Amino acid sequence: MTNNLTQITLSNGLKVLLKEIHTAPIISSWMWYRVGSRDEVQGRTGISHWVEHMQFKGTQQFPANVLDKAISRDGGSWNAATSLDSTRYYETMPANKIDLAFRLEADRMVNSQFNLDEVASERTVIISEREGAENEPLFLLGEAVQQAAFRVHPYHHEVIGDLADLRTMTRDDLYHHYRRFYVPNNAVMTVAGDFDTQSTLVRIRELFESIPAGDQPARLAREEPPQKGEIRLSIEGPGKTTYVQVAYHFPAASHPDFFPLTVVDSLLAGASGLSNKTSRLYRALVDKEYAVHVSGGAEFTIDPFIYTISLIIHPRRKPEEVITVLDTEIERIQNELVLKKEITDAIKQARAVFAYRTENITNQAFWLGYAEMFADYSWFETYLDKLSAVTAKDVQRVANEYFKPQSRVVGTYVPLDGKP
Amino acid sequence: MVDKQNSLPGPEDIYREVLPNGITVLARSNFNSPSVVVAGFFEAGALFDPDEKLGLAEYTTAALMRGTKNRTFDEIYNALESVGASLGFDPGIHKSGYHGRSLAEDLPLLLDVLSEALTMPTFPKAEVEKLRVQLLTGLAMRAEDTGDMASMVFDQILFKDHPYGRPEEGYPQTIQNINRYDLVKFHREHYGPRGMAMAIVGAVKPEDAVKQVKRALGSWQVKGQKEAPELPSLKMLKKTVSKHHRIAGKSQSDLVIGTNGPRRRDPEFMSASIGNNILGQFGMMGRIGDVVREKSGLAYYAYSSLNAGLGPGSWEVTAGVSPQHVKKASGLIVDELKRLVQEGVTADELADTKANFIGRLPLSLESNGGVANALLNIERHNLGLDYYHRYADLVNEVTAEDVLNTARKFINPDRLVIAVAGP
Repeated sequence: MTNNLTQITLSNGLKVLLKEIHTAPIISSWMWYRVGSRDEVQGRTGISHWVEHMQFKGTQQFPANVLDKAISRDGGSWNAATSLDSTRYYETMPANKIDLAFRLEADRMVNSQFNLDEVASERTVIISEREGAENEPLFLLGEAVQQAAFRVHPYHHEVIGDLADLRTMTRDDLYHHYRRFYVPNNAVMTVAGDFDTQSTLVRIRELFESIPAGDQPARLAREEPPQKGEIRLSIEGPGKTTYVQVAYHFPAASHPDFFPLTVVDSLLAGASGLSNKTSRLYRALVDKEYAVHVSGGAEFTIDPFIYTISLIIHPRRKPEEVITVLDTEIERIQNELVLKKEITDAIKQARAVFAYRTENITNQAFWLGYAEMFADYSWFETYLDKLSAVTAKDVQRVANEYFKPQSRVVGTYVPLDGKP
Repeated sequence: MVDKQNSLPGPEDIYREVLPNGITVLARSNFNSPSVVVAGFFEAGALFDPDEKLGLAEYTTAALMRGTKNRTFDEIYNALESVGASLGFDPGIHKSGYHGRSLAEDLPLLLDVLSEALTMPTFPKAEVEKLRVQLLTGLAMRAEDTGDMASMVFDQILFKDHPYGRPEEGYPQTIQNINRYDLVKFHREHYGPRGMAMAIVGAVKPEDAVKQVKRALGSWQVKGQKEAPELPSLKMLKKTVSKHHRIAGKSQSDLVIGTNGPRRRDPEFMSASIGNNILGQFGMMGRIGDVVREKSGLAYYAYSSLNAGLGPGSWEVTAGVSPQHVKKASGLIVDELKRLVQEGVTADELADTKANFIGRLPLSLESNGGVANALLNIERHNLGLDYYHRYADLVNEVTAEDVLNTARKFINPDRLVIAVAGP
């Protein structure tokens, strides 16, 4: 045990990370599965997310409406999410109630029922979730940009999946996906909070170690070939507001270049979790009235994904003018060495955001597992050190290597403004 | 194990002091993380907005950090962002709020910037014009947002001829009507220390926190700070009023169905909260979620909420549904409102919700921001510093009969507002 952290792998392959934090009478428990939208082929897009929904539909021991009530009665909060690379479930409970969460996760790792009626009603719930997302211009644009950036790799489609597949997938498709990926050797359990490690570990072994390991599911990974030339696309939809997204191919989160690129992101679009009014793109685009909003961000992924800059265009500007100014700023970071102060500021910002994150036990348990999904926990622990090692030359090199116009996708949401 | 009762804020660990100029400071230490939250409110809300300049309070808060006597817009944000601090303002109807955070070592800076923004904003003309375009773009986006529009239409009907029926962010025309001088005047007449509260939670000792607030804001004095206008009485609905606001080209409609609710300080508040939890929150969104989402598969989200503030509140059910299912979903929701006022709640439901309210309290108080909100809640509604220690008793004394009587007092299923926005 170091830094109150214990890492252990049970005999069935379930990896367990426990972190004692005695600041509030709370425990947060997360179960992570190595399955996400990147594990889906055409005809089955959205299946990982749908399985996640079905995991709330009950087992023999915890039928659907018993499950949610049991958690709520104990004052817990729980939810789940599916991403490109992983699916996660969490319960944050008063410390003396956490056993319910452990029993629930052990049970639904194997015993979820996937009743036909439940599959049918959840189908329309998920279609409704997708329709709600389609109301948002930035969802529609983001989906188009993402699928243009990935022709081969299964990062091609949105986590929610395509309507065609949501309409046609069957109960057996879902159940098969569940049984294939929900095995202890494909899962990581992370727990943080007000507990005693030794007795908690005993309880986790009691509940989980008897679950048999399964075949290690192979993951889909069709390497995306380099993009040859800029892709420009547009979509149309209701409204009066024009949106632009520019996506650059980025390396995997575990790649050494990811850290200097994090500094580039911070300088261009602001540090994640903070306002960005002194970032280069805000100054050049929003302050100079080319756009009314700019943001940028990358995801932490196993395979190379994209860095996306999103812009809401100023009503008096054309998207082309805005992209020209954006390009000037990208060229500036490629051609001129950034100041040392800019890097030290970026690191101080990251340190502050880190401090905010560790205020909260749920967040701490989240990062224990999330980092495991694309790298390992040491990635998180050494994050600030790796950022601190970034030099101005590193920044310039990665800016040149990854921000090439010929390997980007530029998408525009063109508002119809009342036109049919 | 951490003692549960002792982890809740109470008189022994909340420090409260009223400064001579009227600012109330509430402080509570948390040295588990090196960060600090500063949050609070002041009395310059949208109630003061003239109809033709609706959005003025919001415009003013948005402009506070666009330049002060000491710093330009860029200097303000450079000071904050370069140390990973943040500060923002949040306009409200009665009071407007602010929320900031930083590493504890940067608390003096955060308070300096807050003080400058509140006491000496300069409203530079160029910045005011930039903001106007940003606000107008926000309104153009609101016009396309089915959730925002359904909610706005709901308020316009429920609070007809009442300030609560006006959207705080205004309308495009009212934003166009506002000029720089309006902002200067609004700030001069309505900003001041009287009625202002501040919570400081994090890695700082309460006495140090108060000392720092005194240094930054202790000398702020404003003569003739105006009193808020009296709220007119509410016009109650005489029948169900339905309105469908058309937004073409959308794939989903939002609907808001509901009626009036209690004020936060009304004796029925707790029984209404419990009734609301059973109706549309408990577990996977209560009875509403069970009927609309789980059994019928009509919506991804369908829940109820009780909005209880300083004045009369609202009790509303929200759902996002496919345009062809609006009628069916509305019918199911109205049936649930009827069931609540006819049958009330069962002993099991009541016990579940009580356990939920009491059990979840530590979770809501986990972060510095959560504690700051709790302290401000105490101050805003005069709940007493021991409120969170008494909370379990307040919850437990509510009976099923109380819930039924409260539901009947506020919900008349024949007098509802049904607002829909979508194709």
